[in-house]
Parts: sequence; structure tokens; C-alpha cells
Amino acid sequence: MHDNNGMKNNVLKMENTSMQFGGVLALNNLNLDVYEGEIVGLIGPNGAGKTTAFNVVTGVYPPTNGAVYLDREILVENYPQGKMKELYSGESKGKYTVAKVLTPDRITKLRVARTFQNIRLFKDLTVYENVLIAQHVKQKSNWLFASLMMNHKEEKAMREEAMRLLEILDLVDVKEKTASSLPYGQQRHIEIARALATDPKLLLLDEPAAGMNPQESDELMHFIGRIRKDFGLSILMIEHHMQVVMGICERIYVLDYGKLIAEGSPKEIQSNKKVIEAYLGVDD
Amino acid sequence: MAFEYKRLNKTTKIILTLLLIAGCIVLTYMLDKGIIGTSYTVRIVRISVIYALIGVSMNLVNGFTGVFSLGQAGFMAIGAYTVGVLTIPLASRPNVYYLVPISEKIQDLVMPFGVALIIGGIFAAIFAALIGTPVLRLKSDYLAIATLGFSEIVRAIIANNQMWPITNGSLGLKSIPTFPSLFIPVIISTVGIAFMVLLIKSSYGRAFKAIREDEVAAEAMGINLFKHKGLSFIISAFFAGVGGGLLAAHLTAIDSNQFKIMVTYELLLIIVLGGLGSVTGTVLSSFMICSGKELLRWFDLPHSIGTWKIPIFRPGLRMVIFSLLLMTVVLFWRRGLMGRKEFSWDGIYNFLRRWPWRVRRLIRGDYSKKQEEVTPNA
Amino acid sequence: MDQVTLFQNLVTGVSLGSAYALIAIGYTMVYGILRLINFAHGDIFMMAGYFTIFAVSSFGMPWYITILFVTVVTVILGVTIEKVAYRPLRESPRMSIMISAIGVSYLLVNSATYLFTGLPRAFPQLGFLQKVYHIGDVSAPIVTFITPVVTIVILFVLLYLVNFTKIGMAMRAVSKDFEAARLMGIEINKIISITFVIGCSLAAISAILYFSPRPMVFPFSGFMPGLKCFVAAVLGGIGNIPGAVIGGFIIGLAETFLVGIFPQLTGYSDAFTFVLLIVMLLFRPTGLLGEKIAEKV
Repeated sequence: MHDNNGMKNNVLKMENTSMQFGGVLALNNLNLDVYEGEIVGLIGPNGAGKTTAFNVVTGVYPPTNGAVYLDREILVENYPQGKMKELYSGESKGKYTVAKVLTPDRITKLRVARTFQNIRLFKDLTVYENVLIAQHVKQKSNWLFASLMMNHKEEKAMREEAMRLLEILDLVDVKEKTASSLPYGQQRHIEIARALATDPKLLLLDEPAAGMNPQESDELMHFIGRIRKDFGLSILMIEHHMQVVMGICERIYVLDYGKLIAEGSPKEIQSNKKVIEAYLGVDD
Repeated sequence: MAFEYKRLNKTTKIILTLLLIAGCIVLTYMLDKGIIGTSYTVRIVRISVIYALIGVSMNLVNGFTGVFSLGQAGFMAIGAYTVGVLTIPLASRPNVYYLVPISEKIQDLVMPFGVALIIGGIFAAIFAALIGTPVLRLKSDYLAIATLGFSEIVRAIIANNQMWPITNGSLGLKSIPTFPSLFIPVIISTVGIAFMVLLIKSSYGRAFKAIREDEVAAEAMGINLFKHKGLSFIISAFFAGVGGGLLAAHLTAIDSNQFKIMVTYELLLIIVLGGLGSVTGTVLSSFMICSGKELLRWFDLPHSIGTWKIPIFRPGLRMVIFSLLLMTVVLFWRRGLMGRKEFSWDGIYNFLRRWPWRVRRLIRGDYSKKQEEVTPNA
Repeated sequence: MDQVTLFQNLVTGVSLGSAYALIAIGYTMVYGILRLINFAHGDIFMMAGYFTIFAVSSFGMPWYITILFVTVVTVILGVTIEKVAYRPLRESPRMSIMISAIGVSYLLVNSATYLFTGLPRAFPQLGFLQKVYHIGDVSAPIVTFITPVVTIVILFVLLYLVNFTKIGMAMRAVSKDFEAARLMGIEINKIISITFVIGCSLAAISAILYFSPRPMVFPFSGFMPGLKCFVAAVLGGIGNIPGAVIGGFIIGLAETFLVGIFPQLTGYSDAFTFVLLIVMLLFRPTGLLGEKIAEKV
């Protein structure tokens, strides 16, 4: 463990978070922290519950049990209710008694942004529009004002900010191209750009290097490192490319069957017996 | 040789736009004064502009927000009846409500057309807000059925016994004053459509498009789905209500059967033909469908070769042709006239330039490369 | 309400509900497999009504041949619609295929108006079906008593077909996962066609049972029953066959009793169905017997 974590601000904390779908426990009592300025990796075999963790943090669905804190304030909290009361098989039962659920858009407004495992760009819109739409979060004037163009200052600011982002991220050349017409790797970059346009402090990246060749993923690593610095981000990322995870993450959490099996620096994880077992299976 | 996409400069575009507007005004004036066309032509233009407004309002929800709503006929009915009830002259009221007398609360209530129109729109919007709360939480296909159902409920309420003193039940309303000039529907429609265009171009409109493209991603970008769908739905209902009010003045006599679900289907034909997600396409196709419907009346009349009466020509053939047209567009020409594009001078300019270029290439016998066009994606 | 009226309403309601149930099965099966609201289903049902008129009035067929003829023609119509209007759009966005379904509905109504004129046509006498039968003080045409029996028999046949035959297994597989079913060597197109064959033949039978106690058929007479039966399918849990039957019974009984108990609300009986739909979707979106389908993000 890093010693200096105690000093830093705790941006994200998942506390005893469990998520159960019917009889399947996709997350079992997950405890996870992201400190300010960190890049944290979340790895594990397929179906380990990594994306479920993201969905819980971003409000796609409420956890069955547990709490999530953003900057030490409760973001989401829930406990097994209704049918789940009997069904629930996770730990920490009865510890939580409050149900606080936010929709994804409200969580985004609290400056948490994400990308998706299978890219979810606004396909038929241009790159510029994709980034511009994300600026809508900051829209203050109401629809009537906006329609009657009485907010041209705000509109101009939004457009300039979108352009600035595209410039920083070297996407100006493709700004008028429709998102779906671009190569896969570039689409991943645009998805990150779009997430950045919502002005997040915490960025969740769901397999940003999926489908990339070694050279592309190398570039991506630098890219992620750069945006962390330029935008003052804390990053939690799911990734399968070990080269990327080991190269860029300061700490790594390993999930298997919804349970946390290891946690530590890349070095510690690489030599962790449990992790190797989870990935390669156990010798009998 | 590659085709080069060229843009016109700004001044040219402004001049062209001004010319177009002036042309429209002159044309409207000439139609209105009877210099060109007949009263029949004027009727077709009137119905076309009204359907253009309602079509764009439907496209706002279906084409731009991606919410499959089929309630337009109901909203139109609300607007039409509001305008009807509020504008029938006092003198004609006993004649209209001859079976059941008009309710005392509204018997002396007469409003100017403009005010009645806005009230009609507001009533439609309020109704949309009421049903929107439950309906917009549904999945797309359930939403279609629920809005369809509500549209029928509106009709049932209008024709129902308890509503006789207000809506005159199944007898319908008549003696609704019509437009003194063609300019009135044209201007109201233009203003309404212009407002929706501005809305679509604003940040809110971009949010609508985001919802259409991908709801999950839109929500992750901080767009409140329910709020924005509701906004689009209510504004659409408002303009459908206004359009319904215009329709009441156009027809001067209305009854609940004129707002059957077939009206919504016709509107769907208009927006699908014009392109789901294209305002100019909708306006264009509204004119095409409305005038086409009149021109094709020929098919509904009996025709004969010599003494032999051709059996296929009889009432109803016209509508069969229309439904076949809808099917053809849906199956073979899914993008419709405009797809999601809008009319632009650059588009027209390059479309015209491309033809000589194609001909030249054909003459040269250069069939080698099919698509060798340099088209900036814009 | 005295006892006789109660029973009279009960008989009418159950009979109407059974006819609805048969249509609702068609909706639910098509939705279960294609995830498509077949907007044209109600109009196919209406066309079956006209086919019956034709068979009896124009060709003078006896009732048993009429039933066979109507079923076959309706099935041909339904399968053709699927092949022409739905199959080419299977990979396109949901809205396209729904618009196509609406287009078919529009086409059928307009064609019916063109072919048979917009005026209502009298529904013919079909053998013994319309003879009035008395049980105590309750009297109704025989068809009213037969309809529920037919529906229950068909329900059990269908349940057997879906749960215990190879075709049924294939149907269930296709409804769970299109791609996986294809990879398992199931001929998707064949299964979909079979689904339409079943749905349309039930619509045909239902049309005969539904129109027999009623005097008229007109081009719009499929519209409201169509919508209501979709609501019935949703109520029971879309994709679930017994659910559709239960939903059909609920709607049929509710409608009959609403009018029976509150005659002043007659004009709202159609509206009531949709209120029921909204309430159901808000409180139990999966319907009475449906299972929850989680959306993947």
C-alpha cells in the first residue's frame, strides 16, 4: 500500500457495495478507494463484475446493498428491499438502512464521467457535436431563452470550450466527421474527449485500450497520463491489456466473481498468487 | 478528376435566402389576391402549411428526440376544439348547439382567433404534460401504444354525452370563422416552424439528438432523459394543438371523427417521406402529400374507355396508392427525401454542379472509379 | 345488478374475453419472437371478417368450409406481410420496423375501404352459430358459449406445442436470443413464419367468433380490438401465452361489466382499457406473468 494515501483527498469510496441480479451476486462487498490524482486499475477475468461496479458508481442501477461516497459525501446508498430482502446473499446485511439513489445524469453533474466498454458515441453526429452535447451539462438558461437565442454568450462559450477541448486532444482535423466513420482507436479517444467535456473530477474508463494494437495502446497510455495532469483528474479504469494497466496504474484492484481478491501496486499484483490463480486457474 | 465540393460565399447565400423569402411572400400575395391559381389552389396551400407545422411538431419528437409518439391526432383535436368553441360567433351558436344548448359558462365567451389558438396550444401542452409523466417512462413500443390510446381517449371524451354542452358531441362544431387571408396560416406556421428550428439548433435540441442516438450515453453525459423527452413532447403537443386550431379555421366545421388515428398515420407518412429528423424535408413532403392527395382524386373518380367502365377506378383507390407509397418509402427508401439533412444553398449548388461533372465523366468514358468525390463531411 | 343480468354480463364478458385472448396470443407470440408490435394484427383480424363475408355471401360456402377457407387465406395474408414488410427491416432500427407495421395497418384499412367500401357490411349467418340458446334466463347465441371452449382448447394445444415439441423449443430459443439460436442451426425465418401462421390462424378463428354475434364488419372494426388485445398481451406479460389469455379475459370482462354497471360510462369503455394499460405499466411493467428482462449497458 502507498503510505501517502492518507494525506490525499478520498475522491471515490465504494463501501461494502454488493449488486445482485436475481440469484447472481455480481458484486460482493466491494471496498474500493480512489484518491485525488490517482490512476487506479480495476482488473479481473471476464464476468468478474467490473462494469457492474462502474454502473453502480454512475447510477445506471442502484446497488443491492452498500454505499458509494464521492468526496466523502454519500453519492449512492441502498439496502436490500422487497424481493431482494429474502434473496440477498451478500455480506454486510443490515448495515445500511437508507436508500439514496441518483440517476446517471445527476451523478454526471456531480463531476463523475465515464466511457463505455462497447463505444457509445452519438454515431450519426459529428465529433464536434458529440463534444458539444456534453457541454449541455453546464447549460443554465432555460429552453425558451435558448431557443430564442437570448443566451448567445453562453452558447458561444460552450462552442469555444468544445473547440478548445478538440484542440488539446488533437481532434480538430476530424471535427466535422461523423463519429461512426472514424477508426476504432480514434473513436475511443473521442469518447474520452466527450467525457472530459462534462468537466469531471473523476473519470471512469471502461476498457479504453480494447481492440488496440501495442503501438496504439502505448499512445493511449501517454494520452491518459496527459489528461490526468492537464485536467486534474482522478481515474479509475477497467482494462485487460496488462501492459497498459501495469504501465500506468498506481494501484490495482483485482475482482473475481464479484469479490475483491487482491489490491496493491502493480508489482504486488503481478506476484500475487490469488491473482494468478484467478486468471490461469488452479493446479490440482 | 475528382469532384470538388465548393461552398458559396456568405453574401450569395444571404441574397439567395432573401430572394427566396421575397418569392414566398409574393407568391402568397398573388395566391391570396387571386392573381394566380384558384380558390382550390389556395385551399391546398393552406392545408399544406398547416400540415407542415404539425408534421414538424411530430418530427421534433419522433425524428429528433427518437421518442415514438403517436398522439398527434389527439393534440390536434384539443387545439381544434378549443379554437372552435372559443371563436364561433355568438349569433351562430344557437344554430350550432341546436340539440343540447351550450354550457352557460362559455356561452358568452368569444375570443380573437390568435388568443384562442394559443389557448388551444396550451391546453394540448397541458394534456401532454399530464400524460407525459406516466407515458414517457415507458419503453419505445409501449409508448407508441399508450400515446395512440390517449389520442383515442381524447376523441372518446370529446364525443361523450357529458361533453355535449361544450363540444356538441358527435354533431361536431360548425360556423367556425375562417382565415381572412392566406397570410395568416402561412405566417403562423412559419413562426411555429422557425421556433422549432431554433430549439433544435440550441443546446436543448442537441440534447434531444443525443437522446435519439443513444439514451444510455446521453444520460451519462448529464442529460436528464425524462426532462428533455418531456420538453420535446410538450412543445410538440403545443404546436400540434396550434396546428389543430388552424385546421379548425381552415375546415370551418369539425367533428371528432376527423381526428381519428388515420390522421396520425398520414402525418407519419409525411415525416417518413420527408426524412425523420429533417425539418425542411417535412415541409417539402407536407406540400407533396397534401397536393398529391388532391391531385390523385382523379383515381377516385370513375373512368371509362369508350363504354367500358374501368373497374379499378372507384373511391378509395387514392388512399391505397398513398399507403403503398408509405410502404415503398419505408422499405426501399428509408431515408426519405432528405434523410437527416436540411436544405442548404451549398447542397443545392453542389447538387447542380455535380450533374455536368457526371455527364462530362460519362463522355470521357471514365467509368473506372465510381466514387471519386472529395466531399467534406458537413 | 340482479342475478340474471350478472350472469348475462358474465357470459358476454367471458365470450368477448376469449375472442380477445385469441388475438392477444398473436400479438404476444410475434412480440416474443420479433420484439415487434404487429400493428397490423388487428387489421388482419378485420380482413378475416371480410373473408368470411365473401366466403358465405359470394361463394355460398357451408360454415365448416368457410372456417377452413378464412383461416387459410388469413394465414397467407399474414405470412406475406411478414415476408414483404417485416423481414427486410429486421436488422434496422426498431422505429423503422414499427413504422412498417403501421404502414401495413394503414394499407389494410385503406384497401378494405377500397375493396369493400367504407360502409359496414352485414356479417352472414354461419350455420348454427348464431342460433339463440337459453340457459335459465340467460340467453345468447350459441357462438357466445362456444368461444370460451374454443379458446381454452387452443390454449392447451399451444402450450403443448410450445413446451413439448421441437418447433416449440426452437421458438423459445429464438425468443431468448436470435443470434445464438441461429448459431445453433435453427432456421430463424422458418420459426418466424410458423409464428405468423399460428398468430394469423388464431386471428381468423377469433374473427369468426367475434363477428358472429355482431351485425357488422367495417374497415375500422379491427382497430380497437387490435389495440385492446395488445393491451391484453401486455397485461398478461408480453411474450407469455397463458398471460395473453388471462389479459384477454380481464379486458373482456372489465369492459362488459363497466358498461353493465355504469351505463353512463359507455363512451369511456375504450378509454378504460388504456388507463388499465398505463396503471399496469407503471406498477408492474412486466405484466402479470412476464419475467423481467434486464437491459445491458
